[in-house]
Amino acid sequence: MGSSRPRIFEGLRELPVVGRALDWGMGASAASAETKKAGSRIAGLKVTESVCPYCAVGCGQLVYTRDGELVDVEGNPRSPINQGTLCPKGAASRQLVQQPGRLTKIKYRRPYATEWEELDLETAMDMIAERMIAAREDHWEERDEQGWKVDRTRGFAHLGGATLDNEENYLLKKLYTAMGAIQIENQARI
Amino acid sequence: MEAHPVGSRWAMKARERGAKIIHVDPHYSRTSAISDMHVPIRAGSDIAFLGGLIRHIIETESYFREYVVNYTNAATIVNADYQGPEELEGVFSGFDSGSGTYDRSSWMYEGGEVASAAGQREHSTQAFSDRTGAGMMTGNVRSDETLSDPRCIFQIMKRHYARYTPEMVERICGISEEQFLRVAETLIANSGRERTTMLAYAVGWTQHSSGVQMIRAGSIVQLLLGNIGRPGGGIMAMRGHASIQGSSDIPTLYEILPGYLPMPRANDDDLTLAGYVSGGGSQRGWWSHFDNYIVSLLKAWFGDAATPENGFGFPWLPKISGNHSHYPTMLRAFEGKLDGLLVMGQNPAVGSANAGLQRRALGAMKWLVVRDLAEVETANFWTEAPEDIGTEVFLMPAASHVEKEGHFTNTQRLLQWRDKAVDPPGDARSELHFTHHIAKRVMAHYEDSEDPKDWPLVNLHWPYSEHGSEQEPVVEEVLKEINGYDLETGELVPGFAQLKADGTTSSGCWIYSGCFADGVNQTRRRDPGDLDAPGGSVSPEWGWAWPANRRILYNRASADPDGKPWSERKKYVWWDEEREQWTGYDVPDFPVGKRPDYTAPDDAEGMDAISGDDPFIMMADGRAWLYSPSGLLDGPLPAHYEPYESPVPNHLYPKMGANPAAITWTHAANPIVPPGDDEYPIIASTFRLTEHHTAGPMSRNLPWLSELQPEMFVEIDPQLAAERGIEDGEWMTVVSPRAEIEARAKVTSRVQPLRMGDRVMHQVCMPWHWGAYTSSPQGVTGDAANDLIAISGDPNVSIQESKAFRCDVRAGRRDRATTERQAGTQDVESDHPPEEPKKLSQTDQADFR
Amino acid sequence: MTEIAIDRPESRRMGFFTDTTVCIGCKACEVACKQWNDLPADGAVFRKTSSYDHTGSLSASTWRHVRFVEQTEPVPLPDLPAYGGGNGGHGEVDLVAAAEAHGVPQMDRWLFMSDVCKHCTNAGCLDACPTGALIRTEFETVIVQPDVCNGCGYCVPSCPFGVINRDPYDGRAAKCTLCYDRLEDGLEPACAKSCPTDSILFGPYDELVETAKGRVLALHERGVTDAYLYGAGDEPGEQLAGELGAFFLLTAPPERFGLPAQAESPAQENGPVATAAGLAAAALGLAAAVGAFARAHRR
Repeated sequence: MGSSRPRIFEGLRELPVVGRALDWGMGASAASAETKKAGSRIAGLKVTESVCPYCAVGCGQLVYTRDGELVDVEGNPRSPINQGTLCPKGAASRQLVQQPGRLTKIKYRRPYATEWEELDLETAMDMIAERMIAAREDHWEERDEQGWKVDRTRGFAHLGGATLDNEENYLLKKLYTAMGAIQIENQARI
Repeated sequence: MEAHPVGSRWAMKARERGAKIIHVDPHYSRTSAISDMHVPIRAGSDIAFLGGLIRHIIETESYFREYVVNYTNAATIVNADYQGPEELEGVFSGFDSGSGTYDRSSWMYEGGEVASAAGQREHSTQAFSDRTGAGMMTGNVRSDETLSDPRCIFQIMKRHYARYTPEMVERICGISEEQFLRVAETLIANSGRERTTMLAYAVGWTQHSSGVQMIRAGSIVQLLLGNIGRPGGGIMAMRGHASIQGSSDIPTLYEILPGYLPMPRANDDDLTLAGYVSGGGSQRGWWSHFDNYIVSLLKAWFGDAATPENGFGFPWLPKISGNHSHYPTMLRAFEGKLDGLLVMGQNPAVGSANAGLQRRALGAMKWLVVRDLAEVETANFWTEAPEDIGTEVFLMPAASHVEKEGHFTNTQRLLQWRDKAVDPPGDARSELHFTHHIAKRVMAHYEDSEDPKDWPLVNLHWPYSEHGSEQEPVVEEVLKEINGYDLETGELVPGFAQLKADGTTSSGCWIYSGCFADGVNQTRRRDPGDLDAPGGSVSPEWGWAWPANRRILYNRASADPDGKPWSERKKYVWWDEEREQWTGYDVPDFPVGKRPDYTAPDDAEGMDAISGDDPFIMMADGRAWLYSPSGLLDGPLPAHYEPYESPVPNHLYPKMGANPAAITWTHAANPIVPPGDDEYPIIASTFRLTEHHTAGPMSRNLPWLSELQPEMFVEIDPQLAAERGIEDGEWMTVVSPRAEIEARAKVTSRVQPLRMGDRVMHQVCMPWHWGAYTSSPQGVTGDAANDLIAISGDPNVSIQESKAFRCDVRAGRRDRATTERQAGTQDVESDHPPEEPKKLSQTDQADFR
Repeated sequence: MTEIAIDRPESRRMGFFTDTTVCIGCKACEVACKQWNDLPADGAVFRKTSSYDHTGSLSASTWRHVRFVEQTEPVPLPDLPAYGGGNGGHGEVDLVAAAEAHGVPQMDRWLFMSDVCKHCTNAGCLDACPTGALIRTEFETVIVQPDVCNGCGYCVPSCPFGVINRDPYDGRAAKCTLCYDRLEDGLEPACAKSCPTDSILFGPYDELVETAKGRVLALHERGVTDAYLYGAGDEPGEQLAGELGAFFLLTAPPERFGLPAQAESPAQENGPVATAAGLAAAALGLAAAVGAFARAHRR
């Protein structure tokens, strides 16, 4: 088997509505109204190039959207990594985005509360910043037990980063280090 | 391949072209099914197996001699004081049994001091007090290119592995001598000038108390066979998350700064920038540019406030003084010493070792911020006992991969940009948005502070503009900062070679410098090129690889010492005599105009000290290290030690059980099975399924994936199943000292009992994708394998040993909460602070015998 | 073969060649199919004695299905049902009993096979359909037209492969369309596109058969002597349902994968055309049908 996939149809990708104008001919009595209208739901849609969010192989994805709504996620045939293919997880990534139970609001749980509450974004951001500042101040260490200069806080910690973008990890490390926080970790160690 | 199905596209294509695939794994997985050979070694016996290969390659003189002599440190003479485990009953010279640590001075080259490629970057407790000497490579070392001097590394290795015979491999690993020899002969036959062999590994090698040494052993095999720096060769880490490589390069990790620069440490040297540079830089090799990188990073972080006079702000950076990694931090939390934790896209309540302890640690914090797509266990752990848990929890909706732009770094160091396709729903935001707007709040709070401790926040360079109604920061501005600027002209720098130590350049991560060269977002390049052209599979215009868009590291080794390809078939990078430069299909990983016949003068410094036939430019001696005189905390050569919880003695070093330098945390909530204990007679290991992803939040809640693997299960061999009355598809319970979990039994011949001498040993293997929560009615739940696993650590990187632990199994469901047996242990204090993990006690080792 | 309901002069017969020797059992095809066709999950049922197969079989909402066959040695093979519905080989082996009797059987092979509608030349479902809901398209594939189907279910027992089924919610029949909608726009079917190892090849039927024959020869040369084609390349009279538009390369007896050793449209066994719709259609489409037959038999 050669390395090329049967791509005879790929070339037609740029012509979204092939065949619609063709003569339906003598089978018309058998082909139903819906069948005659058949066509892929992504024809003519906006395509955005992306990368699969699961493992580290880094498969290219094509994300099809209609008026800002996610319609389809497929492998990117141009990617030399996956050449249009995806694994089951990559193939399911539309459902990751549209999963039942996807969070859209902040959930807030007070100490000892039995239920979640809603919180608006700005309030939550204010509260979190306050807590980070307080933890920094309450646990500031200028020197450690041996007397070494440490200029740090161990009042709060961070976990996670392997699922994030490099730009995000960069800003996180920059901010935390400036705050003197050192207990910064992610999945790379597990 | 089980966990990286699209990666197996290429393995299968290679197989169709005649490549042989060998799968070494205790567990018969889908990878085994499509391999030419499945080699089911006992979990945790990898170094015995690899050491056996090393011995076989040396004894049969099958190594690639020209490569080994010229490109590795095989010929280098080691200190006369060095002694290995053969002489010292299982330890290397310099071992202090009281502290469980090594004084590594005797491991050095004779006549020279040398530090690892990463300089003073060793991790874990020991490295903070124990310096390995300033600078890399001082003095001049001696070598014997005939490889016959008894103190040359080649001869040391030969003695070190002399007893790793095929019989010994059979005895330790539980595979037949014949099968072992078949593997060895296949590797040898497929290496050399004309052919190359690739080793690919995943966490099956890393998650051990000797994890780093397992990978070192694999590297030694590859170097002896001449398989590094060449196409189709190498040692490939198959990493599990989309940007786990990126999050190490630009680290959300405690002991490093971006680009693998070390975090400053609490000691005299790191009080000043000059001290830090002299400890971390080197006089020879590429790391001689160390000062350029740290100064450029400080300029990126503190802008105009960073001046030569104030050490560019370096003295204000926080200093580390112990092991502040994930596990000790959670143990501190368990003890009530951590106020708060921010968790982003990780699920430690299911995915970290001793997950029961993790959940209780979350419950001992004052506050917790979790950012994810759905309500993961780490956010709702408190629902188990709300009235007892005082943790205040903020669960924030995150943007998914199609709802923000930015880039991931994949497992082959390739940076790939994602365009944004749709807006995130409701209040969901990117982590970039979160971090940016928290930073603005924190900086506003400290704006007028004159307290010296607040200097980094008052002077933090945070210039990012915002766009849209959500005030999202402009991502490419961050990427440009990572690439770096010439601060005099305001232009983006073309690469790290242009970075300077005088404060006239900035770069947020030197190894990524060049990713925005020519003002073009190089990570967004999407031209695959002609894959069928010679060298076309390199696709240099698809994305951008660090460093400098090189796709294979140390690729100067793909040519012989004279600069000619080893063979036409394996041609990759070579010396073009006419144009007097290195050329080829990839960006040469070598100074482009350095002639192959250049010989470094003895007193040379920096890159001038690297000769034209020294391909390993990050190493001070330009050579790949078969033997590591520095850089590792548990020995210069990999030696076989048993896992912490091994049920068998160490046949190679009978006085030694597990790695004597490995670490653990003694804690009532983290008990370890003592050697010789018969209560937990079965070996357990974990694995991943194609249909699921890590701790499950990205797969368990998706109906299309959950229906494919709907329940937690344990694979068990038919004989053990018969003994314990366990039936296929019925419930079974797995018990360890940490917890007990229930799962469906999958009785299968894919797990085989091992014949270890006169005993039969059973193994069970289990996936770890399940937890208690699902966001969807069609999602699935189940017990977490990580509840069973102890917190422990490889001495070098503090990774836990989850690929080999002990358990027992019985038929039926559990009749209590998974971690109930540990209830009440919260009052028991450990006898040591979490940041100073314990070494495995030598008393335990003695008991074991 | 029944006539082609849609005339498009340039169109060719399209099909799938599923090569089980490069299948890695990842189930990408199963998910990609559900994703494209917006098919629901069938629930989450842990199936006993079914290896890694927990979706069981093709259904109205599972149009690609990956079978897992754990072959062990030296346990003697049990009797297996002739075709359909089974779990492949492993399901009937009592490993525990075998272990007690013979010691632990060794793993020999773990076989994976992605099953799908065969788009038969002689399609039983189509022959049985009284409403004209099932038609043959211009790509000579067989599809259900949901706007015509009345859910009578006659097609269900007429499929010798147990492929077509009624949707439990709306009652209409449903199965693989070979991504008719995608083909209309020049796109490759979702399963074949996603397949990481190209175990599922999509293309013009004639070319696929040639590729497949070459593949069998190559495997034989390599010593994989048990490789054979299921549903293509057979002599007339030995063909499965007049040859299959979606055919397979297997290395174990078809029964191992729950496939019948023989298959024919029940309707065509009893007479040339069994339905009124078929009669009408046959008259209209005679020329096309003859052409298709001729093409099919040239190989």
